[in-house]
Amino acid sequence: MESAEQSETLTLLTERFGDSILSTDVHYGILSLSVKQAAIVDIIHFLYDHPQLRYQYLTTLCGIHYPELSQIAVMYQLHSLENNKRIRLKIWLPEDKPETPTITNLFAGANWMERETYDFFGVVFTGHPDLRRILNVEDMTIFPMRKEYPLEDQTREDKKDEMFGRLPHQHLRTS
Amino acid sequence: MSELHGRISLAEKPPGIEGAGFFATSLEKVVGLARKNSIWPLPFATSCCGIEFMATMGAHYDLARFGSERLSFSPRQADLLMVMGTIAKKMGPILRQVYEQMAEPRWVMSVGACACSGGIFDTYSVLQGIDRIIPVDVYVPGCPPRPEQILDGILKIQHLVETESLRRRDSPEYKALLNKYGIE
Repeated sequence: MESAEQSETLTLLTERFGDSILSTDVHYGILSLSVKQAAIVDIIHFLYDHPQLRYQYLTTLCGIHYPELSQIAVMYQLHSLENNKRIRLKIWLPEDKPETPTITNLFAGANWMERETYDFFGVVFTGHPDLRRILNVEDMTIFPMRKEYPLEDQTREDKKDEMFGRLPHQHLRTS
Repeated sequence: MSELHGRISLAEKPPGIEGAGFFATSLEKVVGLARKNSIWPLPFATSCCGIEFMATMGAHYDLARFGSERLSFSPRQADLLMVMGTIAKKMGPILRQVYEQMAEPRWVMSVGACACSGGIFDTYSVLQGIDRIIPVDVYVPGCPPRPEQILDGILKIQHLVETESLRRRDSPEYKALLNKYGIE
């Protein structure tokens, strides 16, 4: 259940973006919203500019792959330093073409976070000033945190699956 | 003078012919003796094996006893590249560049499971053994190896340095080995 303050935040958001909010929940005391991709930038701007809410600090931003839904989610966590309140927003992108506008215009710190999300999940942030890999080698051809790519290095010869009590390619998606 | 003799040990002289005022042996053996006892290592430490190396350099284990008092932090003056720790694939080209900057003759020691084979990091981002990018002379296993094991590896390197032929680095076999790694 959300607190009185979270209910108030939710009311403010519903007034403005009622059609775009897919679901709401509270995780570990943080108000969490699933929203439509098209509205995400407007919602973040609204939370930033609102005179009471003032969510002006971007704590983190990351990707999550849901292979069973064929979707990639992007999660934004904002922090209102003045009220010491946090909020979590989640958008859903299709696996085969994950694209969403950048928020670097609002938060300069989102630059590297978006690059990381691109690096590991292949999410394209349109309008990003310098969208290229940040942690992995430049010539990598895969997005390694997507579930269809196995974690292990495929060129290693001394490790056999049966030594670890697993079937070959058990970690690969079966669909 | 007699007091000193009990405390310091002199390197054994190579086999040769000795007489009054002269000692004759092959140049190769003398060079090997000198090189063996004055190795300048370049520590390329990226993780916990590097901590074990610090203990190896400390007073208790004291790598300096073997003539490696002076660490070289520039590859251009180093004789021995000691790779200690996990090498990420992104670090690979840097390690290779360090190796290429070293002057011949040069030796490489791979310390710990990660440098030797990737170790527990069987993952897309970690190089599965440095011998995929540079030739390695001595492998020291362990996760991490104790300083005694690193010293043992140094002794193995010393043996290689001492017995290496002066012509080895010009041999077609050695050139073929480097070419295998794409190094000219």
